[in-house]
Amino acid sequence: MLADKDRIFTNLYGLQDFSLKGAQSRGCWDGTKAILEKGRDWIINEMKASGLRGRGGAGFSTGLKWSFMPKQSDGRPHYLVVNADESEPGTCKDREILRNDPHTLIEGCLIASFAMGAHAAYIYVRGEFIYERKRLQQAIDECYAAGLLGQNNIHDYPFDLYVHHGAGAYICGEETALLESLEGKKGMPRLKPPFPANMGLYGCPTTVNNVESIAVAPTILRRGAAWFSGIGRANNVGTKLYGISGHVNRPCVVEDAMGITFKELIEKHGGGVRGGWDNLLAIIPGGASCPVVPAEACEDLIMDFDGLRAVKSSFGTAGVLVMDKSTDIIKAIARISAFFKHESCGQCTPCREGTGWMWRVMQRMAEGRAHKREIDMLLEVTTQIEGHTICALGDAAAWPVQGLIRNFRHVIEERIDQYAANPHPEPVAAE
Amino acid sequence: MSVRRLAAEQPESFAFTPELEEIAKALIAKYPEGRQASAVVPLLWETQKAAGGWLPEPALRAVADRLGMAHIRVLEVATFYTMFNLAPVGKYFVQLCGTTPCMLRGSDDLKAVCQRRIGDERHVSADGTFSWLEVECLGACTNAPMVQINDDYFEDLTPENFEALLDNLAAGRPVKIGPQNGRHGSEPLGGPTALTDPALYAPKAKQDEPAAPAAAPTTGE
Amino acid sequence: MAKIVVDGTEIEVPAEYTLLQACEAAGVEIPRFCFHERLSIAGNCRMCLVEVKGGPPKPTASCAMAVKDLRPGPNGEPPVVLTKSPMVKKAREGVMEFLLINHPLDCPICDQGGECDLQDQAMAYGADTSRFAENKRAVEDKYMGPLVRTAMTRCIQCTRCVRFTTEVAGVPDLGAIGRGEDTEITTYLEHAMRSELQGNVADLCPVGALTHKPYQFHARPWELIKTESVDVMDAVGCNIRVDTRGREVMRILPRTNDLVNEEWISDKSRYVWDGLKVQRLDRPYVRKGGRLVPASWIEAFAAVAEKVKAAKPEKIGALIGDVATVEEVFALKTLMEKLGSANIDCRQDGAALDPALGRASYIFNPTIAGIDAADAILLIGTDPRHEASVLNARIRKRWRQGGLKVGLIGEQVDLTYSYEYLGAGPESLAALLGTGGFADAMKGAEHPLIIIGQGALARADGAAVLALAAKLATACGAVKEGWNGFGVLHTAAARVGALDVGAVPGPKGLDTKAMAAGGLDVAFLLGADEVDVEPGAFVVYIGTHGDRGAHRADVILPGAAYTEKSGLYVNTEGRVQFANRAAFPPGEAREDWAVLRALSEVLGQTLPFDSLTGLRAKLMAAYPHLGRLDQIEAGKADDIAKLAEKGGAVEKGAFALPIEDFYLTNPIARASAIMAECSALQAASAAEAAE
Repeated sequence: MLADKDRIFTNLYGLQDFSLKGAQSRGCWDGTKAILEKGRDWIINEMKASGLRGRGGAGFSTGLKWSFMPKQSDGRPHYLVVNADESEPGTCKDREILRNDPHTLIEGCLIASFAMGAHAAYIYVRGEFIYERKRLQQAIDECYAAGLLGQNNIHDYPFDLYVHHGAGAYICGEETALLESLEGKKGMPRLKPPFPANMGLYGCPTTVNNVESIAVAPTILRRGAAWFSGIGRANNVGTKLYGISGHVNRPCVVEDAMGITFKELIEKHGGGVRGGWDNLLAIIPGGASCPVVPAEACEDLIMDFDGLRAVKSSFGTAGVLVMDKSTDIIKAIARISAFFKHESCGQCTPCREGTGWMWRVMQRMAEGRAHKREIDMLLEVTTQIEGHTICALGDAAAWPVQGLIRNFRHVIEERIDQYAANPHPEPVAAE
Repeated sequence: MSVRRLAAEQPESFAFTPELEEIAKALIAKYPEGRQASAVVPLLWETQKAAGGWLPEPALRAVADRLGMAHIRVLEVATFYTMFNLAPVGKYFVQLCGTTPCMLRGSDDLKAVCQRRIGDERHVSADGTFSWLEVECLGACTNAPMVQINDDYFEDLTPENFEALLDNLAAGRPVKIGPQNGRHGSEPLGGPTALTDPALYAPKAKQDEPAAPAAAPTTGE
Repeated sequence: MAKIVVDGTEIEVPAEYTLLQACEAAGVEIPRFCFHERLSIAGNCRMCLVEVKGGPPKPTASCAMAVKDLRPGPNGEPPVVLTKSPMVKKAREGVMEFLLINHPLDCPICDQGGECDLQDQAMAYGADTSRFAENKRAVEDKYMGPLVRTAMTRCIQCTRCVRFTTEVAGVPDLGAIGRGEDTEITTYLEHAMRSELQGNVADLCPVGALTHKPYQFHARPWELIKTESVDVMDAVGCNIRVDTRGREVMRILPRTNDLVNEEWISDKSRYVWDGLKVQRLDRPYVRKGGRLVPASWIEAFAAVAEKVKAAKPEKIGALIGDVATVEEVFALKTLMEKLGSANIDCRQDGAALDPALGRASYIFNPTIAGIDAADAILLIGTDPRHEASVLNARIRKRWRQGGLKVGLIGEQVDLTYSYEYLGAGPESLAALLGTGGFADAMKGAEHPLIIIGQGALARADGAAVLALAAKLATACGAVKEGWNGFGVLHTAAARVGALDVGAVPGPKGLDTKAMAAGGLDVAFLLGADEVDVEPGAFVVYIGTHGDRGAHRADVILPGAAYTEKSGLYVNTEGRVQFANRAAFPPGEAREDWAVLRALSEVLGQTLPFDSLTGLRAKLMAAYPHLGRLDQIEAGKADDIAKLAEKGGAVEKGAFALPIEDFYLTNPIARASAIMAECSALQAASAAEAAE
């Protein structure tokens, strides 16, 4: 377990003083100017050396991403956009940063923007986070008043930070859809290339980063890349905010080391599986898009990118959803299918048509009102969606269903048998 | 997502109040010149608040005209983003998260409460106090199940404390925002398992008084 | 140039080519729905997926990926694209299945049937059965106006229509509302579309969601005879295809010609065809006792001959309408010459254009394709959006690329692109000879373009305005080596051809105004309906519709409409184009040249040709450039310099627009119920906007 002194988010639960003064007393904004004085290249190299991988789910090296921005401006402004459109079921970590520890993020915005030559940054907060947005704005206002931000600030780097918000669209968490939304359009993902680092917000070089990726940057730079990369396993380093939800005794958000075992995570922080470890059915390890991991694979499961890949799932955002044996696993996944159908932007054919198809079949399967041959058909439909769309929402919608069929095919078959064995009135309509 | 249509009954007109115009100006100022369309989502949101919780059709045109956008572009935005209500809602608009993490922790029971107390989804109760809607993940999974009522999150709900919450709202009594089971935020129930080291908050400054917990907001609106 | 291997064939293509273009260059066809050459890339249908070797382990949308964005192999080998691999096959079949699961099985009652992209591609990539056991989606149909019919359940959300209205037409009426599988295409609150190019969306629709309302349930594509022709609704000379069944015109579609109309036509060009079927003059008429009564050709000719023989040659004249072919203008002019009359005029509106000043003085010298090169455009007394819609779309296309300044002198109108308003009349034009403001923009431009409309020319000081515009053109460098940016924008399809054959008053001849104002005893109107001949003259109307000219006529000689005869038209650029005959004139009506030939015999002045071929031989002998089809006989830059020196006094008044109602500019359009509906709708919309 991570020691308290190595935790970055020291006001994660909002139990400490929220104000700028309070944040400063916990170490925020400490020597920021000195960090900037070390220069862009130093910052980017240090970030690369820290081994920080993006905390939004894809796990791409944050330092490397920053380095993609043009070194010299061609006359177009550069932008940093922070993705605070946290909407994936099971994920609720950025919310804690926004409402309780916003100065880590704000300071990170300044440093990251400096490293990328951006003089303006937008934080795109999901629309529902109204309180979080207000708190964040309050913290930013304090920083402006204290001269930490703005055109003439004590860091001698003109920088403006704006809070923007959405209005209910999961897809805006996809970086190019987020940019579209920020430009006042429907959140429909863009074709890549061109990549945002060349043509992003308003056609200008832009980098989109997750809240947590940006918020950990100041501490990494203060304490050194070696400190951060010394936590966890190779290629999976650092601290991480975990969300523990579902059937545990004490759900919570907690910062701990990458590579902590699943068992330790929920035993130490989540109060254990409801009804005891043996009552565990399965987990969805990193947000709704990650394939389900059955209990038997959870025994020695290591919570990091490679650990989850080893069990054919993914680390995602480390929002763990725990399901005990009382769970109707088909219904649980069907609800996720409903989510993705609801959130598909409707741009690409496979996702637009396929998410609805999957959901409808899943709903029938949850009742048992299906044929066994439809299981393979459904699996094939998922592969017709996966990899065939502009953005990853199609993939995200396909994976949970694939994970279900891979691990719980027998449950679906039993349900179908049960349904077939019992007389049912003919349903009037499928919906 | 189902097909979203504008309400059948619409007011004749909608005009920006001076207050809303001030907000519009401040919003537009956040974006580079000529990029005022960026303000459309926040401005629609503020307009929705000003118009009583939903977006009447004349308001869509007013926003479009204010931002120099084609009307159809604003309609696209208003129908794409689900937080824009295209029909009137209750004074207390209950958005109930029904996605898997909340479902696993009992959101179906909360749905039953809504159904019983308020009626069908998307229908405003006869006295205009409540309406409800099942929504997708609201991002408070560790405090499931939860609802958002107007701007505020109410978390760690049970059918009992949810009913009590609705009772209090209906009666105009103050309610506690956030977790309804005694938690402060997203820490484990019964107290944090991390960030417990006093040294963390002590060394530099004199730290005799434990830092005051951020005041929990208490309004009901 | 970059090398790329497509299905084993190495080819070299420009690096900025998309994979789809590269595949086509290699002779491999890529299926697509959302992609369209003239619209922005959406990449949403996912039908054009191909496999890129060495790339990510998933297929790539070929419409959106550029050749230059592909990485070469480890040893610098050219990138390899596969279009027939198992991955691609699965992708295409998968996308096709998704497109079909919610697509209705109503092909037998769908107007798109037989020319449907989805139908065609389903033959190649579809399965013979459906695995989709759920209920199909049904979508409410939307009202979009009188021209485009909707059947929205068929929509595959490719957004071609949305992109067309937003990008090409510049009237952002259409949008995709909602999201996910509930996305719907609609206009704002289902108001009618307001673009004059809206019919093109039905052409663009790859399925039967948007079809042509006037054509709905009228015909099947395989029953139609397709004839290539040229549009006469304006002077752009849009290339069209006239589809007929039997002798009836069923519809009109655009043909692709990048030099003229790309692949668009205006709604008037497209939907005017119902006007070809009503109000037609299908037999000769002679006025007896104040009423027009049906007559035989012999009676009608005799009535004409009697009046002509009684009239002095200088009291006989001819007015040429806006839709006449060059051949018939030439025939009429020859007849007038034989009758000893110098009274002939093709300028119904009195525009001050004179062929004696050289071809450069009356054609659109820069050419329509030349607009693509312009970096500053000055519009004088014109509303190109309604005088030449497709040309206006070309200007808009150039404007969207950026770096184009547009100035307008005349009436302030919505052109679908932004412009600097410079004033209302000649004084604003004169001011541009000075410095500052837009004058500097014109001078600083590499390819400045001046477009002068009939509104600036059809006025008493028209000649002086033309000279002033020419002076500005020379002064600002619009006419120079390799670039002639002086363009006259015509509104009449017949005008340039008629000017080419010199259909203007000869020495001591009368012009339109003089002829109409009582100068004649006998007036021949060749489809001239936009001019009122005052009482006194004996009017012989040769034309197609019972319109203004026919009402004034004393003898009506029924002619053929543009779809019913073969003939030459010269567009505003001076491009000679050939219109084929698609149908036959109704009843006893005959092709106009033949009417004139027959009449000439009765008048004792037999024209020297017995066939249309013979007529053309004579015509081309006299005017060789008219024999060079699809070519432009370029004007001489010197002529503009000479014109510039002509000078003349301009007056003060503002330039008026030549077109009052876009939908009702000629007899065919005025006979069309569809055009009448569009006109009424536009008037109502204008009234609403004025409130």
